[in-house]
Amino acid sequence: MVDSYRPKDLKDALSIRAEYNPQPLAGGTDLMVRYQSWSGTLPLFTKSVMFVGHLKEMKYIKKEAKDKTVTLVIGGTATLTDVANNPDTPEVLKKAVLSIAAPALRNNATLTGNICNASPAGDSICALYALDAVIVIEKNGGSREVPIMEFITGPGRTVLGSDELVTAIKIPLKASSVNDFTKVGTRRANALSKLSFTGVADYKNGRIDSIALTFGAVGPTVVRSVELEKKLIGLSGSELKARIPKVIDDYSTVIVPIDDQRSTAVYRKKVALNLLEKYLKELSSHE
Amino acid sequence: MKEIKFILNGKEVSVEADPLKRLLDVLREDEKMTGVKEGCGEGECGACAVLKDGVLVNSCMIPLGAAEGSEIVTPEGIRETDKGKCIIDAFGDAGAVQCGFCTPGMMMATEALLTINNKPNESEIREALSGNLCRCTGYDLIVKGVQIASERGKDLW
Ligand SMILES: Cc1cc2nc3c(=O)[nH]c(=O)nc-3n(C[C@H](O)[C@H](O)[C@H](O)COP(=O)(O)OP(=O)(O)OC[C@H]3O[C@@H](n4cnc5c(N)ncnc54)[C@H](O)[C@@H]3O)c2cc1C
Ligand code: FES
Ligand code: FES
Repeated sequence: MVDSYRPKDLKDALSIRAEYNPQPLAGGTDLMVRYQSWSGTLPLFTKSVMFVGHLKEMKYIKKEAKDKTVTLVIGGTATLTDVANNPDTPEVLKKAVLSIAAPALRNNATLTGNICNASPAGDSICALYALDAVIVIEKNGGSREVPIMEFITGPGRTVLGSDELVTAIKIPLKASSVNDFTKVGTRRANALSKLSFTGVADYKNGRIDSIALTFGAVGPTVVRSVELEKKLIGLSGSELKARIPKVIDDYSTVIVPIDDQRSTAVYRKKVALNLLEKYLKELSSHE
Repeated sequence: MKEIKFILNGKEVSVEADPLKRLLDVLREDEKMTGVKEGCGEGECGACAVLKDGVLVNSCMIPLGAAEGSEIVTPEGIRETDKGKCIIDAFGDAGAVQCGFCTPGMMMATEALLTINNKPNESEIREALSGNLCRCTGYDLIVKGVQIASERGKDLW
């Protein structure tokens, strides 16, 4: 049996986290399965637990405008349903979130929990990498902001300190005219990804002005190559079209999946590259 | 052990238990709400579905401490209401119940759906029931049951 804490507000939560380093529990949809025991018995948590899902100060989604950029700020206890229902949620994130499990789970599970769980198959993570999301982290007497690509360091691993909590996720809202999130699973509901793909891009004056391409469940973390994306900036649609075989070749060196119980490496790579090709074709026809 | 209060089917209850005890076990064992079923115990089947502060959740995933102060509604809480009776009759007439194990969870999912959308189309119904597994009916009869409930209950929701 382990201790559990129910802080009365965020300040209280940060103090408890600093003093006892308990594991935060938001929706519990990852943790209650991980520590599940026999029916009718207590879950087998290995360290103390702090409930955070009820903290109202973090249950919000709002837009913030600063200089010329508008940022969507998703509070640390906003649920997947809250994110899916918000009219300002970028299309790829909305699709990614709606691909997770089923309504009852999404009503309870948080976006923060999906990120902190840091699964290579975490569906929101694939979209959030493409959207340049930034994770807001707080501790007693301090806060910091870390881009999601640096926040997640490996399967199940993040840079979060044992005295810190994630209190928000920031997403810069950028123009993006060609968007795709595709998840490949065994069935529609309740299936973890065999792989997932996100593409977002925009043209300015007929040339690609911004592009992000990410792949989930094909490596220890979501795969995104900013270097390869840079090579596509400035291309016109027809130039991109001519380059597609070369781009696929380039990506075949960065996508190196593994075999596991959900799928095989060969299948994952093939389908990931097919999804990329389909997206690039679509993109090249837009300009 | 801690004393934890929440609202169960409209009445405040107080339970003396470990805050990490699953809400599912608290409901079935401490509160004798056996309409809440345990199927998978890991969030996949929806047999343990209840309403928490008005939204559908799986009670096997929720530790009691996370439900402190919440309003919980179990199948027992809707069974005797006009809406509950409407769903039960519709399921009966549609032949949506065979062994009946999934039925309480299906009813809760139906109540949650009709509350936010009282005229769902077939794909909205299937989406709303997508977290509830049924080993017997093949789902079509349950979808039919929800359709009947939505038609008959248009003045209820
Ligand atoms: C049946 C089922 C189907 C699923 N399907 C999918 C799927 O298709 N795709 C997918 O990506 N995931 C899926 N999941 C996994 C899971 O539901 C998600 O990862 C969910 O978003 C986790 O959120 P939570 O709030 O429930 O997290 P919790 O279980 O509460 O916590 C998860 C992790 O986040 C940490 N954490 C939570 N809040 C904070 C905070 N504020 N600060 C710091 N750390 C924090 C916890 O300590 C823990 O490490 C599924 C799970 C189940 C049971
Ligand atoms: S018992 Fe809770 S979802 Fe199956
Ligand atoms: S009627 Fe038997 S599981 Fe649905």
